[in-house]
Parts: sequence; structure tokens; C-alpha cells
Amino acid sequence: MNKKSSLMSRLAGAPYIVWAALFIIVPLCMVAYYAFTDTTGAFTFDNVSGIGKYADTFILSIWLGLLATVICLFVAYPLAYIMAAKGPEKQSTMTMLIMLPMWMNFLLRTYSWMTILEDNGLLTTAINSAINLINDTILANNALSFSLDPVHLINTRGAVVVGMVYNFLPYMILPIYTVMLKTDRSLIEAAQDLGGNKLAVFKNVTIPLTVPGIVSGFTMVFVPSVSTFYISQKLGGTGTILIGDIIETQFQTANNFNLGASLSFVLMILIFICLAVMNRFSDDDGGVII
Amino acid sequence: MTKKTSIGSKLYTALVFIFLYAPIAVLIVFSFNSGKSTSVFEGFSLYWYKELFNDSATLSAFKNSMIVAVVSSVISTIMGTAAATAIHGYKNKFFKSSIMTVTNIPMMNPEIVTGVSMMLLFVFIGSLFGKTGTLGFVTLIIAHTTFELPYVILNVLPKLRQTDPHLAEAAQDLGCTPAQAFFKVMLPAIMPGIISGLMMAFTLSVDDFIISYFVSGTDSQTLPIRIFSMTKRRVTPDMYALSTLIFLAILVLLIVSNIISAHGDKKLSKKEKGGAKK
Repeated sequence: MNKKSSLMSRLAGAPYIVWAALFIIVPLCMVAYYAFTDTTGAFTFDNVSGIGKYADTFILSIWLGLLATVICLFVAYPLAYIMAAKGPEKQSTMTMLIMLPMWMNFLLRTYSWMTILEDNGLLTTAINSAINLINDTILANNALSFSLDPVHLINTRGAVVVGMVYNFLPYMILPIYTVMLKTDRSLIEAAQDLGGNKLAVFKNVTIPLTVPGIVSGFTMVFVPSVSTFYISQKLGGTGTILIGDIIETQFQTANNFNLGASLSFVLMILIFICLAVMNRFSDDDGGVII
Repeated sequence: MTKKTSIGSKLYTALVFIFLYAPIAVLIVFSFNSGKSTSVFEGFSLYWYKELFNDSATLSAFKNSMIVAVVSSVISTIMGTAAATAIHGYKNKFFKSSIMTVTNIPMMNPEIVTGVSMMLLFVFIGSLFGKTGTLGFVTLIIAHTTFELPYVILNVLPKLRQTDPHLAEAAQDLGCTPAQAFFKVMLPAIMPGIISGLMMAFTLSVDDFIISYFVSGTDSQTLPIRIFSMTKRRVTPDMYALSTLIFLAILVLLIVSNIISAHGDKKLSKKEKGGAKK
């Protein structure tokens, strides 16, 4: 009877295994296939060796993605810390408030930033009228012989980073907050009792304990930031072309599937290397704690 | 001292929330704009809401989104629950961990790569049969099911681990067939995991743009794809009206589910108290 049930439960996994093989493994093989063939289907290295042309784009994507991830970390960590110290009712309200924006369509949220940052948009107008005011005061007092230039926010790299931080910040807050909730507060108290000052306790106890949350937040922000194309299209203008934009163009307008596949292939490998490094980093730290 | 820090932390929290909600506030305010602009507010009107309900392309995209979300989330929940049960039972550690690695791929891979890889597969299969328009509803549903499956499996597996393995055995000793033991004993025990997996699958499906963008055809536009093609031009506030409505719907849903779960907690604690008295 037991044998029968175990056979049944094993069979229950069969549809999924077939599905995963067909729609997870085979598509990845297709990416590799297209990356190493030309339009006639003949084997070639041309696509992959031609990627050198896009090295700058790869570097820019990784740089902006990394910048956005680090900013997210510095914004999210204090907030998660504040949240974890609150009572349970406030905690659930705040968690809900952080998750709520994620349920809005991300295209529209990004588009909304466009109207905030554009030249006659809300933020730009506000900043520029403040600048004009300062300039007028300077002029009126004849104090200094310079004036501030009006700011221009949209279609800059800064705007792209703001878009990334905005869209993916909840993915950094929530994992760090979850880990903080699980950490044993008595460990921190013990460190304080043993004479650690606030900074030392924070540096040597709180941060190492929350490394798993930081690592998973880092991944969840970094991967979508590096590979985005919509944010850079809307907020970066023509000056900030990321690797996602180039891949998107190959598949949607240029119809060069082979080049697109080879770019995707390299992007995937780069990201897996980054993830492996991150995981190694967290494992090592875990070892140190123990 | 403590009061000072608490003011600082309150200020910080407020700033982060202003950052998170400023674009949403802009969306909502300009959905009531009487003019066409999305940056200059000319006056209050419901014009764009009326306009929205006359826009048949957007409404049909919304319908497509719902169909894809319902079908794919049901398929992925059933298949994923079965898979989680099987994975939980596997004794071979290597086999188990390789399946989990493959399951993690769609979650780790950049969405654009997942989308592109599936598009290549569908186009390749289409070219084998000499067809060009292979992308459509079916490919959309296959792709959505694929990226939802890991989330269902990862929601159900922890519940299986928490459930006492002797429960099913006890049911069988008491005369249940293995199938009955599963449906009558195990399934109710892991139901919370299944439901949260289903809800997650559904919302991921409704929200997905990047993967859908690569695997959908012209006749199977979902709402996010429709929004994308509209934001390519100058957006009119009817899109804002749409997102305001979606935002309100989600807000109401979240509040209701919070009230229900809070109510459930109260009931539970009452029951526990009652039990303690006895």
C-alpha cells in the first residue's frame, strides 16, 4: 500500500518535469542555438565575437544597475530597521503600504515619473523657480557675480537611476525587514551588555545577522535593473541605451534574432556569475558568524 | 534622547513613503484633469473615465489579461501542487536538488531573457511547421504558466514540510485509499499554501509586461502591452483613469483581506481561550 502511494506521488511530479524540460531547459538551449548560428542555421562565432562592440553598453548597464542597487540598500536598510522595531499592527500596515505600489502597473508608474521630471513637469518647475529666486536675490544684492543654471532632469542617467530605485525599492526593503524580524533581539542586547557601543553593536552584530536579507534584496534589485529596457527608454532618452534596449530592438524591430540571442546569452552568464559571487559572499559571512 | 531619534525615524519613514507614493498621487490627480495634459492641471472632470469605458481596445486588452491570468494560474496551481507533493516525497537527493535548481531558473533569470528564450522556442517550432504567426493566446498562457510555477511550488513546499507525514499514513490505516488520503487529509492541510500560490500566480500574470511582450501576438494584447503601446505616444489621462481604478480595486481588496484575516485571528484566539478554560 505504501509503495502504491509513493508511486502515485512520483507520477504526480511527471507533468511538471516534462513541462520544465520543455519550457525552461529547451528555451535556454534555443538561446544558445540562436547565439551560435547565423540566419541560415549554420554554426558561427560571429554573433558572440561581435559583442565587443556592445562592451560599453554592458558596462553602463552594470554600472547604473549597481548604483541603483546600492542606493536602494542605503535607503531600505534604515527603513527596515525602523519597521522591525515597531509593534505588530503598525508593521503589517507598513508592509502593506510598501507592497501596494508594486501592484500598480510598472509602466504607468515609470511614465508618471516622466511627467514629474520633464522640463515643464512638477519637480523641475519647483526646483527651477527656487533657482530663479536665488538668482534674483543674488542679483538684487549684487553680492556675487554668478547665477545658477536651471536644472534639466529628464533624459539623464540620473533619471534612469531614480526610476530603477523607485521601481525596485520594495524588493530591497522586504527581504531585509523579514530577516530583521527573525533575528534574535537578545543577541543585540547581549552585545550591548557585553559593553559594545551603539556603532560597534550595529557593525559587528546587526549587519552580519542581516546579510542573508541584504544578499537576496541585492539580487532582487540588481537583476531587473541591469536588464531593464522600459525605464531607460522613458527616462533616459536617446543618451542612455542599456543592454535591455538593444536586446529588445533586435527582437521587436530589427529582427536580428541571432544577435539578440547572443546578447541575451552573455547577459544571462554575466548575471549568473554575479549571483554566484554574491552567494559565495553570504556563505562566507555565515561561516564567520558561526 | 529617545524622543529625538523617534522624530528622526518618523521623518525618514515619511520621506520614503512620499517617494513611493508621489508618482501614484500624480497619476490619480491627473486622471481627473479636464484637459489633455498630464502635467498641467486645468480643472476637475470625469471626462477621462467616460473616455476609458468607450475605448474598446483597452477593454478587450483587460479581458485578455483576465483570461490569461485565470487559465494560467489555475493550470500552474494544479501542476505546481502536484509537483511540490512529488518533490517533497523524492528520496534521491541529487534528483531533488536538480529539480529545485531548474525551478529556480525562471526566478533568477532576467525576465527579458526568459521572454526572449520562449519567443525563440515558439518561433523555432513555428518555422518547423512553416508557420509565421505562432505567437498568440496559447504561447502567452504557456509562458505565464511557466513563470508562475516556481512561485506555486515554493508556496506549497513549506506547508508540506510542516505537515505531519504520519497524517496520511494514519488515514490509510483507517481505510482510506492513497488518493482519498491525499484529497481528504493532505490537501486541506496544505490549502493555505495552495491559495497563496494561486493568488501570487494570478497577480504576477496580470502584472507581467516583459515576458508577455515577447510571446504575445497582435490578437492577444494584454493590458500591460496595451499600456506599453499607448505610452509610446503621448499618454492621455484615460490611462491614468484606468490605473486609478485598478489602484482603488487593489486597495479595497487588501483592506478586506486584512479585515478578514484579523477577524480570523480574533476567532482563533477566542477558541484557544475557550479551550484553555476547559
